[in-house]
Amino acid sequence: MSPSEDDGGPELAIIKTENLTYTYPIGVKPAFEDVSIEIEKGEFVVLTGPSGCGKTTLCRCLNGLVPHFYGGKLEGEVTVAGLRVTEHPIYELAQHAGLVFQNPENQLFALSVEKDVAFGLENLGISREEIQRRVNWALQITGIEDLRNRAPHELSGGQQQRVAIASILVMQPEVIVLDEPTSFLDPLGAQKIFQVIDELNKDLGITVILVEHRLDMASRYADRIIVMNKGRVVLNGKPREVFDSEEARLIGIGIPKATRLYQLLKANGVNLNRVPVTFHEASHVIKEAFIHDRS
Amino acid sequence: MSMFDGFRFRGTSSPIHQLDPRVKFIYACIMFVIAILFSQFIPLLVLFFVQIPLVWTARIMKEWMRSMRASAMFAVIIFATNMLSYYFYGGYPSLSWLFERAAAMTLRFIVLIESFSLFFLTTSPDHLGLALEQSGVPYDICFAFTTAVRFVPVLAEEAQTILDAQKSRGLELEKGNFVKRIKNYIPVLIPLIVSAIRRSLELAEAMESRAWGAVEKRTNLYVLTMKKDDYLLILASVLMLGISVYVWLFIPVPSFTQLLSISA
Amino acid sequence: MIEVSDVYFTYPNGVEALKGVSLTIRDGEFIAVMGQNGAGKTTLVKHFNGLLKPTRGKVLIDGVDTQNVSVATLARKVGFVFQNPDNQLFCETVEDEVSYALKNFGFNEETIKERVDWALNLLDMVEYRRVSPFMLSGGERKRVALASILAWDPNIVILDEPTIGQDYQQKERLRQFILQLNNQGKTVIMVTHDVEFVTDCKPHIVLMAQGRIIAEGEANKVLTDPEVVSQASLILPEVTQIFLGLRELDLPQDVIDVYEASRILLTKLGES
Repeated sequence: MSPSEDDGGPELAIIKTENLTYTYPIGVKPAFEDVSIEIEKGEFVVLTGPSGCGKTTLCRCLNGLVPHFYGGKLEGEVTVAGLRVTEHPIYELAQHAGLVFQNPENQLFALSVEKDVAFGLENLGISREEIQRRVNWALQITGIEDLRNRAPHELSGGQQQRVAIASILVMQPEVIVLDEPTSFLDPLGAQKIFQVIDELNKDLGITVILVEHRLDMASRYADRIIVMNKGRVVLNGKPREVFDSEEARLIGIGIPKATRLYQLLKANGVNLNRVPVTFHEASHVIKEAFIHDRS
Repeated sequence: MSMFDGFRFRGTSSPIHQLDPRVKFIYACIMFVIAILFSQFIPLLVLFFVQIPLVWTARIMKEWMRSMRASAMFAVIIFATNMLSYYFYGGYPSLSWLFERAAAMTLRFIVLIESFSLFFLTTSPDHLGLALEQSGVPYDICFAFTTAVRFVPVLAEEAQTILDAQKSRGLELEKGNFVKRIKNYIPVLIPLIVSAIRRSLELAEAMESRAWGAVEKRTNLYVLTMKKDDYLLILASVLMLGISVYVWLFIPVPSFTQLLSISA
Repeated sequence: MIEVSDVYFTYPNGVEALKGVSLTIRDGEFIAVMGQNGAGKTTLVKHFNGLLKPTRGKVLIDGVDTQNVSVATLARKVGFVFQNPDNQLFCETVEDEVSYALKNFGFNEETIKERVDWALNLLDMVEYRRVSPFMLSGGERKRVALASILAWDPNIVILDEPTIGQDYQQKERLRQFILQLNNQGKTVIMVTHDVEFVTDCKPHIVLMAQGRIIAEGEANKVLTDPEVVSQASLILPEVTQIFLGLRELDLPQDVIDVYEASRILLTKLGES
């Protein structure tokens, strides 16, 4: 799914930032500066960059933690689902942009999964019947119905993250932002989470912003990759273009080995038809090169 | 094995587990009042045995026995102190009276443990938090309580990991004199405290991100409703209180030795 | 040398985490213990410095049975770098932090100063000497933790999930650092589930699943075996998966390294 050819305009952009600059209260220099991006409804965007590049802080801007919770100085404009972040409280913004954090353990409060998933709706004062309905729905979508009565401490990291996702999903936000959700998970656990997130995006049309280092696994789902470095957005485009760019190499992000292989072959005079991003694409495009070569 | 084991909630199910925690608490308090009322051995013994059927219905015999055994040490201390204090202050009619008095005081303590242990063993922290909430305690406090309980196993595990990490750097807790041994705990406490602070920050972020504070009056997915069994327990407790007060006012209770001499 | 003989280990809560593990690690080897979370990897390596003692079987470090020796004694030879540096940082300055273990082990003032200088230099942290470790960034705290373990120059270094939360450049630096340690003759044991990181380092692999070792050998043999990788709940390296899709071209199926893959393809294309 790619952005439309003509100028999308503010109606299609669910998130819009203009020259956004933020400095923490105790910060000497800005955590990020001059960030101008537009994210359209239904997009799956992967946000990446070296540690300290500002991506984590930018995430927190999307539901208002920055600036309402952290204080500090926010300059420029940021709008989420039509709401200007500086003018609305976090509890309102949280209903449009849900945030899932890196550490699974520290975002689960209750003594049972069901109660935890219901937490956000309880805070919103929604009726008991509606809460029950939505909780059942969220548990079903994230595939954790059988964990309903379990205590969070008994769950694996992957299961805990699915509970966290369910507890955000239940508020039915238009956007879900995930800040390195698979850091503490093993490869299979990480894969499951990416699959759940992808389903939310493809089946429910939820806009996804995923902060990740594991680009080899995450990029196959992405419509777009945004790369930040030292507080600025330096790359913003299709995975293929971003991974094969010179900047990506200079900044040092973990481009997929598939793309790396393409680059190595190219450096030795072998030009493949397309830039592969997944191993699947790489196999295909290399096979084409052999067939072409033989003919 | 500590006395505290007898207070930790067990996830089994029984009619007692299903009872409203507020009712169970009232029951435990009433037992407490009755225990204070009497200083004689026999009524307290009756009080002790009267609660056993409840313990049995709750299917927590094993854990309850554990708490009884663990509190035995305190019981002995109470017994000894009572014996000694009455002995030294004088004014006691006879040795058998002294003995019975000390035994009664010990039994009072045991009855207390018995009733409150019954309460805690059959009430999950979740249930307890809910009961607090519905009893009018501000939600902030209830939330702090249940969240604290939820993180107890997490903190325990983390403390173990920190201890392992420092031991791997040559920390020996047992080494050194008394002062040194206390100091040995600093490398374990500081990381724990720092981690607790960091954790609180992350939790606060997560809470905000789930619309904390959106509405004055939160709804709750669960609600405690009083059922037939709850009213039965309240009735039984009040009845016991009534009988006890009557007995205390009008019926002179014989001492154990008097009973023995009657039968002799 | 580390000898693990038919070790069983059950945690106090009754979970049997190791079910008959036998392994020999010679001096100077570079090993990666791999498997999913819960396979028993960390449980196994905690036996190497005596944090855990086997319920059955025995573990010998340079011939000494760990059962009767304290952790502090074994720690002299075996440095254990924990996953989360915040689990150990407690001092007021980086310098104090790095010298903590040295003080515990009874080194004299002069030697301590020497070793602290050396360790800070090694990890590029000299300028942070008097800084509070709590003021440092995540990556810097990791380096302080590493420095504090290497300070006493243990022969055996264990790293528990060193790549978690690290970005690409940090992993690159880590990789080079680990290889450097190994080149100096140290035995390096890495617990990890990061398959891509391992393909770049190429250590000897010990694959675990459900408390047992299910495979052992060279990285390009173990990690390219789909059967065994799936049993360990890991995924095949990306390069291996690319070559798997090119089976019909008669390409070798034990390739994990992207540079080697490129060479093979170029040769193959040159032939046809």
